Amino acid sequence: MSDKMHIKLKVNGEDKEFLAEPRELLIYALREKLNITGPHVGCETSHCGACTVTIDGKSVKSCTMFVAQANGAEITTIEGIGEPDALHVLQENFREHHGLQCGFCTPGMITRATKLLEENPNPTEEEVRFGMAGNICRCTGYQNIVKSILSAASEINAAKEAAQ
Amino acid sequence: MNDMTPDREERSANLKGMGCSRKRVEDARFTQGKGNYVDDIKLPDMLHGDFVRSPYAHARVVSVNKEAALALPGVVAVLTAEDLAPLNLHWMPTLAGDKQMVLADGKVLFQGQEVAFVVASDRYVAADAVELVEVEYEELPVITDPFEALKSDVVLREDLEGQTEGAHGPRKHHNHIFTWEQGDEAGTNQVLDNAEVVAEETMYYHRTHPCPLETCGSVASMDKVNGKLTLWGTFQAPHVVRTVASLLSGIEEHNIRVVSPDIGGGFGNKVGVYPGYVCSIVASIVTGKPVKWVEDRMENLMSTAFARDYHMTGKISATKDGKITGLHCHVTADHGGFDACADPTKFPAGFMNICTGSYDIPVAYLAVDGVYTNKAPGGVSYRCSFRVTEAVYFIERMIEVLAIELDMDAAELRRINFIKKEQFPYTAALGWEYDSGDYHTAWDKALETVEYDALRKEQAERVEAFKRGETRKLMGVGLSFFTEIVGAGPVKNCDILGMGMFDSCEIRIHPTGSAIARLGTISQGQGHATTFAQILASEIGISADSITIEEGDTDTAPYGLGTYGSRSTPVAGAATAMAGRKIRAKAQMIAAYLLEVHDDDVEFDIDRFVVKGAPERFKTMKEIAYAAYNQAIPGIEPGLEAVSYYDPPNMTYPFGAYVCVMDIDVDTGVPEIRRFYALDDCGTRINPMIIEGQVHGGLTEALAVALGQEIAYDDLGNVKTGTLMDFFLPTAWEVPNYETDYTVTPSPHHPIGAKGVGESPHVGGVPCFSNAVQDAFRAFGLRHTNMPHDHWRIWQTANGLGLHD
Amino acid sequence: MIPAAFDYHRPKSMDEVIALLGEHGDDARVMAGGHSLIPMMKLRMAEVPHLIDLQDIENLAEITIEEGHISLGAMVTQHDLITHSKLALRAPILREAALQIADPQVRYMGTIGGNLANGDPGNDMPGVMQCLGARINLIGPDGARSVAARDYYEAAYMTDREDDEVLVSVDFQAPSGGYAYEKQKRKIGDYATAAAAVMITKSEGKIASASVAMTNLSDVPVWSEEAGAALVGTACDGAALEAAVAAMLGDIDPSEDNRGPVAFKRHVAGVILKRAITRAWGRA
Repeated sequence: MSDKMHIKLKVNGEDKEFLAEPRELLIYALREKLNITGPHVGCETSHCGACTVTIDGKSVKSCTMFVAQANGAEITTIEGIGEPDALHVLQENFREHHGLQCGFCTPGMITRATKLLEENPNPTEEEVRFGMAGNICRCTGYQNIVKSILSAASEINAAKEAAQ
Repeated sequence: MNDMTPDREERSANLKGMGCSRKRVEDARFTQGKGNYVDDIKLPDMLHGDFVRSPYAHARVVSVNKEAALALPGVVAVLTAEDLAPLNLHWMPTLAGDKQMVLADGKVLFQGQEVAFVVASDRYVAADAVELVEVEYEELPVITDPFEALKSDVVLREDLEGQTEGAHGPRKHHNHIFTWEQGDEAGTNQVLDNAEVVAEETMYYHRTHPCPLETCGSVASMDKVNGKLTLWGTFQAPHVVRTVASLLSGIEEHNIRVVSPDIGGGFGNKVGVYPGYVCSIVASIVTGKPVKWVEDRMENLMSTAFARDYHMTGKISATKDGKITGLHCHVTADHGGFDACADPTKFPAGFMNICTGSYDIPVAYLAVDGVYTNKAPGGVSYRCSFRVTEAVYFIERMIEVLAIELDMDAAELRRINFIKKEQFPYTAALGWEYDSGDYHTAWDKALETVEYDALRKEQAERVEAFKRGETRKLMGVGLSFFTEIVGAGPVKNCDILGMGMFDSCEIRIHPTGSAIARLGTISQGQGHATTFAQILASEIGISADSITIEEGDTDTAPYGLGTYGSRSTPVAGAATAMAGRKIRAKAQMIAAYLLEVHDDDVEFDIDRFVVKGAPERFKTMKEIAYAAYNQAIPGIEPGLEAVSYYDPPNMTYPFGAYVCVMDIDVDTGVPEIRRFYALDDCGTRINPMIIEGQVHGGLTEALAVALGQEIAYDDLGNVKTGTLMDFFLPTAWEVPNYETDYTVTPSPHHPIGAKGVGESPHVGGVPCFSNAVQDAFRAFGLRHTNMPHDHWRIWQTANGLGLHD
Repeated sequence: MIPAAFDYHRPKSMDEVIALLGEHGDDARVMAGGHSLIPMMKLRMAEVPHLIDLQDIENLAEITIEEGHISLGAMVTQHDLITHSKLALRAPILREAALQIADPQVRYMGTIGGNLANGDPGNDMPGVMQCLGARINLIGPDGARSVAARDYYEAAYMTDREDDEVLVSVDFQAPSGGYAYEKQKRKIGDYATAAAAVMITKSEGKIASASVAMTNLSDVPVWSEEAGAALVGTACDGAALEAAVAAMLGDIDPSEDNRGPVAFKRHVAGVILKRAITRAWGRA
């Protein structure tokens, strides 16, 4: 064991401070130190994306980042996306289009999709499939995930147009 | 009645009952990251367990030195077989009548086998301690091939030495487990010997793994004050786990509570009982603290529950014009180091005897030999009923090979051999009674939709263009027609560890007209909370939105055998309907009393009972529910509750017709799926949206298995595919869009006519993808090549056919 | 998969990095995005008692394009390579190659430095940089030095870089002409079964210059001078392609793995190379 570090993170808008060994993986720190259990551990080798969170504006697999590396970062997890009585448009659309089954990949999937749509607000189906290729789902076969994201994109765009 | 009363159509819609694409109630929590999976469970003072595993596939364990590990601060215990032996927990029974080491007892039989269990204050200390446990091994000769195992002098299972009788009859060799025979051997041989045409083929259905995104794990908490053990875990069959835990530990069953929280996909991986579960229980009993064990992905792929690994040899005979006359099948089944197959007790090769498929075959014979090797134990039904993927793959390949032998179109060969609609119920040559089917209608619809004749024409033109050197891509048209056998099963012939495979539902209607129903099954993504409420809504006239469905807690749910083998809808779904009907029967008496008419003078109408011939006189279910609790009704007990344990009279037999169009780059071996059409007949359709989702998912798992997903070993028994770099799980980029379609042939014996669908697409999909690859090369002389059809194997096929010359 | 404990360092300057490397010797490793190193540490296949995180070092993530010369700091990510519009214009092969590395999340973290530094035969950028004739810039206790990418790789995980040196940037002349990065892999997230980087310039309907490199077909990236030479002066006809492939096949030495046997890899190498050359020629 090595000495514990004083870690400061801003998670879903809240400042968090705690002690952790540098080797602790960010995913475990979030899940076990901060009780943020939305992101999951699926493969541990950065293939499946179940642990995806947004760190300083990047979609990151938090199983492949030490908590020490994240020290000082601003993090958004699924818990920071939407509110129970005001779901994010992606959350609404995943439900509407049956974009999830067991739900294990869903937090990483939606977190990644928020970033994808931020960077590319009007993606083609191919761009969605390519942009979501870092997230594995074992249940849905992706067809309805792709549909959910495309539908969310058009809703967001329609809302933007209406606002203008 | 007044003008504000909704009409019948609206009342029916408000129910959100069977047949509508009701949105899932589970999704609110899952989309917000509020699911509750095993690894989310955190209890005060909880310890973490981690395994020391064998790096060798076959070795004697000479010694285990725990001292250095125990000296590490934070380490609480290191358990070995020696520690478990006094409790008689160093071995455990398997579901297949064998026994399995919980921790290595003198030797190890596969790479990754559990040798010692470290218990520590957190997962980091536990992982460090695993490195400090010193194990001395003496390597033994490794056997990874079942045919070699049956010839070898090396005794894998020394604990069974001298035992010539196993759980399923005589053992022919020290590495042999059982021979399972079905059908008429002499009759089949006679037909084959005298047949006009016989096609023979040998095929290997490779070893793979269900690999749900969530791995297996458990949290055991022994409350020494109250003597109660609570066990949370990734269990597809929580009640069976409770019974097994009681039998193993000696703790009375009422003192054990097993909870399956949300499960991150199962696909068969979470049916069995694993050493990790047992060790977490023992560790909690020993330490008096909660103990969590969650395997990592490598451990999951190396040690828990592989699927398939069937070496199959077939002979199929036919007349010259293609009428099938007989089928012979032999399987050498590689079960690994222990026989831990998850099958009903009397079926050591599952329902492999459905291998006559959808065809009217007069005589057949099947023999399966189970064999021990130095590979991980398992043999679970990965997204299928017991060994049904193997059976369907076998027959759908044999049909293709026969078509080649007869020089016939494979679609036509299927058509002329299908069991006809009027033959149902149909008793197959290997004994199963198919409840219902209309194969010709489904097949014609499929072929018409994909414009089959045009596809064949295009394919022939492509072959010519290829021969002229104008293209390097070949086109394959993959066909498959499958009949599943799901919904295990009738208690008379289906049990697991002696527990009959019924299932159950218990319903309580609350005074204000909402309800809770509990079942013996457990969803792993199938959406039970949504669909079972729909069944009930239609049965009892209360909106699905007012019905809570609860599963997975053995303290509250009625006993059931769990969710796998597509049994939830056929068995628990039936129990739900039957329990609902009990509620309705009592509601009818209450309604009649309230309406002051005879019981027979009221009838059920969507959400109410009405007086026959006077629909303006009615009592809604809401009113009836209230009356059940607030009025003294002569001769009727207060309350409105019911329970049903359903023992199905037969299995159900979903079927389907699939077509895949594929282009194959002959030079790189890269396949490209151009089109996939899937027609499923699962009987009555409860929720079309969920059915479609199940089909998409099952097809994608089929694509993976057919095109690359395998657990491969080298000659030393090392697992070559231990991470998701090498174990193929496709991403959105590798997966096509699927076209789904359906026909409806209700099951005649199921209360609502439903048959189950979750596994159909996998069962039918694997041969369809495989047939597409193989069909592309048919014009160049290919008869059969084994899966997985990854790039190099496809390339090798092309190379072997001289297509690179 | 839990890594062994380590001490974590996040220095602010290269001087500090060099000092830490000097102090801890073999016990220290630098880390950029961590997407190669962390998985190895989790599998306990790499033991790193002192981990030096480069994320706070200034100027290591810069992309500079000046007078036809391009320099990429070690901490430039694959994502940066994809989204930098000027770079995409001046050296589009980088974007094309980066898009074929791993997946979106990994590309946000994975860096050019990490991809180049360690000599992992599966990494794509070494072949690309050899194709571009890039120079790899190192800083060590004795100062800065530069090595041609074509000379940098010695064997699998063995490079010209000393343990106390850090790869700080890579630079090359902005390429001209046609380009292609062609890669066959089993799925997203996989290393190449075979991949080819090709740059071609054209003059009067003929190939004026050609540079050809391949990935994951030997224990080092393979830049084949002969393969390039076989193309020069031709109109990229069938014979020229065959000659280039023959030359490349003489230089590669693939080994069998889960992606397939040697014969398959050699065949696919030829196919992929031809496709890359043809595409680059079409763009020249």
